[in-house]
Amino acid sequence: MNPSHAVSSSGKAELQTQRIRAAMWFLIPMIAALVLVAAYPLFRSIYFSFTDTSLSNLYGGQWIGFDNYLSWRTLPSGKTIFRGTLVDPAWWNAVWNTVRFAFVSVTLEAILGMIVALVLNAEFKGRGLVRAAILIPWAIPTIVSAKMWSWMLNDQFGIINDVLMNLGIISQKIAWTASVDTAMFAVLIVDIWKTTPFMALLCLAGLQMVPKDVYEASKIDGIHPVKVFFKITLPLVKPALMVAIIFRMLDALRIFDLIYVLTPNSSTTKTMSIISRENMIEFDKFAYGSAQSTLLFTFIALFVILYIWLGKVDLSGDNK
Amino acid sequence: MTLMHNPIKKAILASVLAVSLTSISAYAVEVNFVSGAVGKDIEVFKELVKPWEKETGNTVKVVPMPSSTTDQFAQYRLWLSAGNADVDVYQTDVIWAPQLADNFEDLTEATKDVIKDHFPSIVESQTVNGKLVAMPLFTDAPALYYRKDLLEKHKLSVPKTWEELTETAKKVQEAERAEGSKDLWGFVWQGNAYEGLTCNALEWVKSFGGGQIVEPDGKISVNNPKAVAALDLAKSWVNNISPPGVLSYGEEEARGVWQTGNAVFMRNWPYAYGLGEADDSKVKGKFDVTTLPMGGGNDKSAATLGGWNLAVSKYAKNKDAAIALVKFLASTETQKQNALIGSKLPTIMSLYDDADIKEKQPIIPRWKDVFLQAVPRPSAPTKVKYNEVSSKFWSAVHETLSGKGTAAENLEVLEADLTELQGKGW
Amino acid sequence: MKSLQTLAFYLLVLVIVVVSVFPFYYAILTSFKTGTSLFEVDYWPTSFSLSNYYSVFQQGEFLRNILNSVFVATMTVALALLMAVTASYALARVRFRGRGLLLMTILAVSMFPQIAVLSGLFEMIRFIGIYNTPWALILSYTIFTLPFTVWVLTTFMRDLPIEIEEAAIVDGATPWQIITKVFLPLMWPALVTTGLLAFIGAWNEFLFALTFTSSNETRTVPVAISLLSGATQYETPWGIIMAASVLVTVPIIILVLIFQRKIVAGLTAGGVKG
Repeated sequence: MNPSHAVSSSGKAELQTQRIRAAMWFLIPMIAALVLVAAYPLFRSIYFSFTDTSLSNLYGGQWIGFDNYLSWRTLPSGKTIFRGTLVDPAWWNAVWNTVRFAFVSVTLEAILGMIVALVLNAEFKGRGLVRAAILIPWAIPTIVSAKMWSWMLNDQFGIINDVLMNLGIISQKIAWTASVDTAMFAVLIVDIWKTTPFMALLCLAGLQMVPKDVYEASKIDGIHPVKVFFKITLPLVKPALMVAIIFRMLDALRIFDLIYVLTPNSSTTKTMSIISRENMIEFDKFAYGSAQSTLLFTFIALFVILYIWLGKVDLSGDNK
Repeated sequence: MTLMHNPIKKAILASVLAVSLTSISAYAVEVNFVSGAVGKDIEVFKELVKPWEKETGNTVKVVPMPSSTTDQFAQYRLWLSAGNADVDVYQTDVIWAPQLADNFEDLTEATKDVIKDHFPSIVESQTVNGKLVAMPLFTDAPALYYRKDLLEKHKLSVPKTWEELTETAKKVQEAERAEGSKDLWGFVWQGNAYEGLTCNALEWVKSFGGGQIVEPDGKISVNNPKAVAALDLAKSWVNNISPPGVLSYGEEEARGVWQTGNAVFMRNWPYAYGLGEADDSKVKGKFDVTTLPMGGGNDKSAATLGGWNLAVSKYAKNKDAAIALVKFLASTETQKQNALIGSKLPTIMSLYDDADIKEKQPIIPRWKDVFLQAVPRPSAPTKVKYNEVSSKFWSAVHETLSGKGTAAENLEVLEADLTELQGKGW
Repeated sequence: MKSLQTLAFYLLVLVIVVVSVFPFYYAILTSFKTGTSLFEVDYWPTSFSLSNYYSVFQQGEFLRNILNSVFVATMTVALALLMAVTASYALARVRFRGRGLLLMTILAVSMFPQIAVLSGLFEMIRFIGIYNTPWALILSYTIFTLPFTVWVLTTFMRDLPIEIEEAAIVDGATPWQIITKVFLPLMWPALVTTGLLAFIGAWNEFLFALTFTSSNETRTVPVAISLLSGATQYETPWGIIMAASVLVTVPIIILVLIFQRKIVAGLTAGGVKG
């Protein structure tokens, strides 16, 4: 990528310097904003995780090193006991729940989102209305949609059980959010319902950047639409799709409010964010909870690096 | 206000005020009062403070909060930890006092003349290491709701024990279902994994004579045969006389089933009474309330103590005015008003015999019996660890009820977990 | 065959619409119900009572809360887009060292759980002195809107062909002119899409809004909805909550309907042909 091959070489260098200088000015406001709202709070949280701070004594915490993560001592009997988040079964249960949830929800959302986007990209009557309709789930505040679904999923007077009973799919009313077998399923239904529009919209924006004549040409050549999708459309929208997936993944790994409202205390849906909040605020173990959120952060970071590496997502665009 | 021109006079006056803690503030201030916004509570509150505002010239600004107590607790904790000076008076749940004690003023001195009028058990629940953290505002205790029409129809009496309740519920449920009421269930209660289940389960265990999880002296008592028997009986209700979904029920879900006429018995707080008597209620005029049953041959029933209190923030800008406001709100006159227009259960004993209350709110004196059986949750002995204790307890109970391990197994694990959590001391 | 395909296509459209809209439809249905009828399942409207809508405006200051939400969300989007357009130009079209690292760092910002930055952010906001003002929310919302907008816009801008910029450079245009004159007209679809998503994100946010405001006059809609309450602590006012949800969702739908013309217009304006 070299936009300036028409200019003389000395002018080229000068131009490049000028562009970089401009780029710096363009970046400063954003960096300043992020330092303010992200860097400082982030630093505080990581710092707290190495202390014994509690919420009733926010400024008097003592440095205790890695004790919140892992510590051990040997009892007089010679037995060694381990303490800390890294040996806390509740934490690992939460890790497993989070990973399971994120993987299933994002995969299904990507597929469904792509299908919806393809539908919306086609020309048909009433497309505008359909486009507005699919955004409704996204537009309803999470707090509300979680409550709405918990109402619809209610075992006695919920409409979901009523529909399924009338259709003869189930014979007994299911307690969706209470039963350990269906709690995760209920969360997934609501999350997929709610965030597929987000995926669809990003995919659609990508699709609309695909030149129309590509389709026309392939139509004339008589190539099967499915083949067109995998050979032409998908590669063209891949960058947009990859970004959409990353951001959905980040959201899914941090999922908090939906579960907090829908199934707050079910051990099968307790995620890392939920358990970290529980410790920080409910259980008066602020530093311990901070350690868990720091671990969550590390975990997500590792995940993203892995994703970028395996998915060959082009970060800088330098390889173009 | 002319007084105020002289700074020395002002200082003297201020110190006099600080010592005597009278309710007369020298100059008008704004007191910020934060409370969960529930129904007409905020309107009622504004009505209640009017006389105080008039008398002192101060104004009270209400900061309403979501009605979820978990949300409230989280916010208050965060605000207090950051020394938020924008809020002076907090309305606190009965179980919060030990956890937030460090952030609140000691009210012992200020209220020593009136505190003896209140139920001692409530005052005790708000006292931490000899410090009165919060002043009782109103109280709450659950009862057993029953369908008198159905019991009469099937010629059954009101159950006195949990065993009788199980049997009666089963009989009515089977007979009524045979007659076509397919959705009818025997007993609904709060089985979701949350604080409400701690309340329910504590009542079963305590009324079986199985103690109160952690005793007032800090001893962990939950693993005992009586507690096991109580949980075993409760386990037998699920999918038998109680819908399987009861394991996701809070107060509202239970009331939903009850108020559509689909339950014979319900365990709930007093609020369901008024709603059940509303015009569109299917159970209007068909039900009554009584104290919760007892079980396992024990002769004492138990009802978990609820209710709300008033605490003054350490970081308050206008502490004197705030304390005066708290005293005013907790006074006999205001509590009486609150009972009359807000149907709140007073914490002052004499009000249960008050003639006006008897006439306008006949339900309140009836709750005295329920209230005498009230049992506190172990928030006082477990202090800042209460939430974790409660969470571990309701998890163990919820697992037992949903069939993950037996009561005996789960309580044994719970005992070990609690002992670990206790460490060197609560 | 052809008509069968069309039929299948419209069936798919129908399924998508029904699944998306049904819960909202059910919310509207519920919002017209009161009392015990709330606990009964109905598929079609059985009662029509506006009392829930009346209650929404009776409790607190709902109109004010809507205006707050509009203001906060609009400002958040405006700020995020302004910063993101310029920043993503720099990140997508200018080569400089550490570009990949910077993009990673921006991404890292959106990795931290909200709950973990809460107390630090609270301190920061009190320190700046904007506690309990809309600015506290606008500032804190950039933590999730900015990284997202920067990333999406960078991806889009990078995919635009080199030639369109080249001509402008030869003409001696400054970087600012290149952004406003060359890229902006081409980026409408992406701008509208990301702007809309950021708007909805800010519109729906709950945790920060609850923590950083402490009076009815500064609160936003989600908090206001959570404040709607029944007659007692244990009662959930489903009817009123649903009425409020319907009220806050309608503006978003209108917004989408207005802006989707823009999405289409941005496409037909041409230039994206490559």
